[in-house]
Amino acid sequence: MLRFMLRRVLLALPSLFGLLVITFLLIRVVPADPAAALAGDNATPEQIARIRHQYGFDRPLVAQFGLYIVDVAHLDFGESQYSSRPVARDIAERLPATLELTVSALLIGIVLGVPLGVVAAVHHNRWPDFLLRVLSIGGIAVAAFWFAIMLQLLFAMQLEWLPLRGRISDGMIAPAGPTGFLLVDSLLAGRIDAFRDALRHLALPAITLSLGGLATITRFTRAGVLETMQKDFVLYERAVGYPRRRLIWLYVLRNSVVATVTQIGLLFGGLIAGAVVVESIFDWPGIGDYTVQAILTADYKVMLAVTLLIGVIYAVVNIITDLLHGLIDPRLWDQL
Amino acid sequence: MLVLRKLARDIPALAGLLIVLFVAAVALAGPWLAPHPGDISASHLLQRLKPPSPAFPFGTDNLGRDLLSRVILGARGALEVALVVVGAAMAVGVPLGLIAGYSTGWLSEIVMRITDVFLALPQLILALALAQLMSPSLESAMLALAITYWPFFTRIVYAETRRLRTALFVDALQGIGAGTPRILLAHILPNAISPIIVRATIGLGFTILVAAVLGFLGMGATPPDPDWGLTISQSRTYLPRAWWYATFPGLAILVTVLGFNLLGDGLRDILDPRLRRSR
Repeated sequence: MLRFMLRRVLLALPSLFGLLVITFLLIRVVPADPAAALAGDNATPEQIARIRHQYGFDRPLVAQFGLYIVDVAHLDFGESQYSSRPVARDIAERLPATLELTVSALLIGIVLGVPLGVVAAVHHNRWPDFLLRVLSIGGIAVAAFWFAIMLQLLFAMQLEWLPLRGRISDGMIAPAGPTGFLLVDSLLAGRIDAFRDALRHLALPAITLSLGGLATITRFTRAGVLETMQKDFVLYERAVGYPRRRLIWLYVLRNSVVATVTQIGLLFGGLIAGAVVVESIFDWPGIGDYTVQAILTADYKVMLAVTLLIGVIYAVVNIITDLLHGLIDPRLWDQL
Repeated sequence: MLVLRKLARDIPALAGLLIVLFVAAVALAGPWLAPHPGDISASHLLQRLKPPSPAFPFGTDNLGRDLLSRVILGARGALEVALVVVGAAMAVGVPLGLIAGYSTGWLSEIVMRITDVFLALPQLILALALAQLMSPSLESAMLALAITYWPFFTRIVYAETRRLRTALFVDALQGIGAGTPRILLAHILPNAISPIIVRATIGLGFTILVAAVLGFLGMGATPPDPDWGLTISQSRTYLPRAWWYATFPGLAILVTVLGFNLLGDGLRDILDPRLRRSR
């Protein structure tokens, strides 16, 4: 198993290196004058010249790439134009909010998606299946930014059941805690009022973000269950009159989740990217909102750092997914 | 013809096909269908933000323009962007996949590693960053989307070509001295066309969705373009009073993308017999 892990990590290295090359090219080669781009719109020629020298733009491209790798290795992404604070610090502060949102969305997707997938498979090619198929394809087809606005319109503006934006009410002091997840920290601090408030703020963004994942989990669970239902052991159990409900929800489901687990891993990376739009609509103080601000204000250092961060999260999640896969089905260890 | 007959029996896929045909017809006939085709750029300040009524079934926007007309006129732009992006992505991705799949050694390795890196990057963020770096406009957005979408075609065509490279008919072609371009273009490509069509159909829907996000964030179409994403973004100032302003352009996106996805999903089941068992 150790060899498997090692190999898997080594296989990810070329991709991470490629990520560095692409982000480097993106920031250094695509803009006509990267120094001017980094200096911002209101920079004087002297400031641009200083930045050009400071960042080594007057040196050969390979030397620049070397400097760039050194910076990234030190997690030194410079200072954000937007917040005038170190980019790495901004990211560290905002990451828990994004993780809380994405994990919640993923949980909603799993808790609803797996049972729906089983129901669709059990009623294969009858109306619940057709309905769920259209709904699950619809879940991918709906524009998240529009769905978010519709939820705000209905639940926050018309019915006034839930707050419109933010992570916690203005007057409420957020409990500080070890995890950075408001839901967990407020419970640890025994602050039921803060927990309720945070949960109410989380509801709409998490539901919006869960849509795509919910659809995908439903589809993969359905496909997995359908395939398992063809297996001989299911035929046998049915022949001997084993209770159908128990058979499906216990034994068939357990044998069908491998593909779903892989998908959940892949989804997590997609959720982080999806958070970009959702966070900016709900003013959720996470990485996504930060990214949109950076892109709108052409804050290249932040764009660079965020793209790298998400690329690394993708790679790490892929490795973890492969390991989980190996744990579920040890035969796969020999294949890699 | 066989495909069409099978499609007719698959209700969700058929619905998808009908939606796609409907949207295409609306896009083509837009200027004649729209009740107020001049409302692309005109403004009528006396009839600002009117709720839906028989005269304006989708209501009017903050400049008094008929939203139904603008939603209809926006269809052409959405389809154009999608076709150009997917077409460009195919033009780059398919040949690369053929070459990488047929050749061995370092060329194939390099192409596929680059493809993997692009696939590992979040499309939306890469597209947003590229669009910003190339100065925001509809052209930048289209180029950015094409740059992020070609690897999907490379992956698929690579896999198919790898599979077919060792097939008996390719051996035979090599034996009678057929040239590599001929084997790739006349024999392997036609055998790989089904997954390409499926991916392109789903890609059209996906591109409309991402282009709408770019428009919404101000990185795509610019006013007074009747772009659906841009319209939703403009509507936010007038909520909750003008609910219709945000609702109808969003429904247009939903219906269009749903059509392409239903069709693509149905085509995959019909065209790819290896996947059919899992249904």
